[in-house]
Amino acid sequence: MTARQKKLLFRILAALVLFVILVILEKTQILPEKYNRYLFLFYLLPYVIAGYDVLRKAVLGVIHGRMLDEAFLMAIASFGAFVTGQYEEAAAVMIFYQIGEWFQGYAVGRSRKSITELMDIVPEYANLEDEEGNIEQVDPDDVEIGSILVIRPGEKIPLDGEVISGDSMVNTAALTGESVPRQVRAGDPIISGCINGEGLLRIRTTKEFDDSTVAKILELVETASEKKSRTENFITRFARVYTPAVVAAAAALFVIPGLVTGQWLVWLYRACTFLVISCPCALVISVPLAFFGGIGAASRIGVLVKGSNFLELMANVHTVVTDKTGTLTEGNFIVTDLIPAEGVSKEQLLLAAARAEGMSSHPIAKSIREELFKERPDQAEFLKTPEDTENVSGQGLIAMMEGSRICVGNDKLMQAEGISYVHAEDPAATISYVSQDGIYLGAVLIRDTVKKDAAQAVRRMKEAGVSRVIMLTGDRHQVGEAVAAEIGLDGVRSDLMPEQKVEAVETLLGDLSGRQKLAYIGDGINDAPVLTRADVGIAMGSMGSDAAIEAADIVIMDDDLMRIPAVTGIARQTVRIARQNIVIALAVKLLVLILGAIGAANMWAAVFADVGVCVICILNSMRLLMERGD
Amino acid sequence: MKKKFKCEVDCANCAQKLEDAIKKIEGVTDAKVNFIMQKLTLEAPDEIFEDIFAEVIRTAKIIEPDTVISEK
Repeated sequence: MTARQKKLLFRILAALVLFVILVILEKTQILPEKYNRYLFLFYLLPYVIAGYDVLRKAVLGVIHGRMLDEAFLMAIASFGAFVTGQYEEAAAVMIFYQIGEWFQGYAVGRSRKSITELMDIVPEYANLEDEEGNIEQVDPDDVEIGSILVIRPGEKIPLDGEVISGDSMVNTAALTGESVPRQVRAGDPIISGCINGEGLLRIRTTKEFDDSTVAKILELVETASEKKSRTENFITRFARVYTPAVVAAAAALFVIPGLVTGQWLVWLYRACTFLVISCPCALVISVPLAFFGGIGAASRIGVLVKGSNFLELMANVHTVVTDKTGTLTEGNFIVTDLIPAEGVSKEQLLLAAARAEGMSSHPIAKSIREELFKERPDQAEFLKTPEDTENVSGQGLIAMMEGSRICVGNDKLMQAEGISYVHAEDPAATISYVSQDGIYLGAVLIRDTVKKDAAQAVRRMKEAGVSRVIMLTGDRHQVGEAVAAEIGLDGVRSDLMPEQKVEAVETLLGDLSGRQKLAYIGDGINDAPVLTRADVGIAMGSMGSDAAIEAADIVIMDDDLMRIPAVTGIARQTVRIARQNIVIALAVKLLVLILGAIGAANMWAAVFADVGVCVICILNSMRLLMERGD
Repeated sequence: MKKKFKCEVDCANCAQKLEDAIKKIEGVTDAKVNFIMQKLTLEAPDEIFEDIFAEVIRTAKIIEPDTVISEK
């Protein structure tokens, strides 16, 4: 609670105590009859204690020509009550109005705090090591790129960097929601916001604090609520017309029946009940607060949602389109079989393939290299970059190596090169044929394994309301079909070139109607155009990848597929809560307006419709944030 | 130039009104009042930023007398 809130709370309590004493005195008629004409003055006391700042604001509002200011409306409503002789209600209106204001401030403060606690990743200091090896504690903001930092056991990693010495397990839970620590050794990159385990680490920073993961994530979460959902925009527009409309209705309610019946005081009282309900605060706060809660709940499981609008879109996702490699599969390719041509040894085949691929970072090249080193660790030093390589898109590669021409690729490449090869068949594997100087050497079968929980994640997505899950892959048709069957997907588009993925997504978008949305899940590295084209772009396994964080709308920090159904569930609940709030607030206000007009609702009912509803909506919105996640 | 300030406002509707008013100040490129984070993000050309900020404070005092805007 801030000092301001404490002061207001104290004033409210004082006014409330005084108010209750006065009501008891009046109702029990302890107060001698002769004092009754001073009752007005007695009730004025708690009224002023609770609401002097509202009155001040009302006066200032009038001076500046703003008649529709809430403070002014509250002042008029309570004055009206005094005029009609309802002293008790006049004081109550002011006291409860202030309770509503106080509660709003308190609730929002709590929400803010629970989000910042959740994002308890901000490092307070960094241990900077200078050339002589002296260690000094400095502000992370002041650390330059390339500085050496020492991280002791249990400390937060203050900036992104690279480990230069030490060996430890780091806890990434605050960033990814993943509780299993990750091992780091010299040479590994390390990300700010993680917590060091038992070992002592020395790191060289690779980024300034403002560009480090921690700063980026905080910035994201803080600004997420500024990207407003459609529901919120609707409410904001609604609020702009709501107050003037209710005030106009109040004026009409006072003047017209007043002129007709001449019972001015009766209609003044009814008009004042209208004014009490004229503040749209419950609506204006509860919707963004619900989305704020949803975004907070998502970040607790390591999912960053970049705006309220994306959470809202996620709630309406009908089609999920996903990349294959690295998203549904582990992205770890393993050589599963070698089929050498006659008279060629397995080792010769592997060696030729490995030489052509050189030190390429392509996953297939890596798997071939690993297989070779398993058999012949001594070869590691002989592998060098080929003199000349040509990547044939969608076919494979051709490398020139010590005067010979090595081709590694699919059927198309072999046909194009005019090589008589033996076609191999394995539905789930990627097959690379190898030839050297026009002579066929054999085939290398490489497989990627499907993630353990992929099938379960797809099932859960369906339970969370997704209608179809479709995979896009650059792989062969058979490979795609095999993976789709294993996971239980609704469709596959295979043999796609990267640019065709955008077209495939556009076709799928065309199938959707009305509010149905499409989400695309990828690793965010090669598929930025697709991520942008989809209604919601989701990047996975993004910890530390700026490109992914940049391109996606929703960022999943680790590569756990189960986060997708989880965040879909959160999105749906958030939208449900926001709708509930709108319905509750509007229904109660409308009901009390009607009852007030016909004289069936008094000012107490109006106070409930204003403050009570505000409190209910705020509590409802905070539900998501207060629920303790798994 | 884009800069963030601490901005204490009392209610969500007031924050919205404040944002609307600040956006209308001449020279302001963009402004956001984030009630939940109690933050004001002001974007305006560098050379007149100081003047604009002074005007923002004046406007805030008129719209919501209790508003406190301060550098973080």
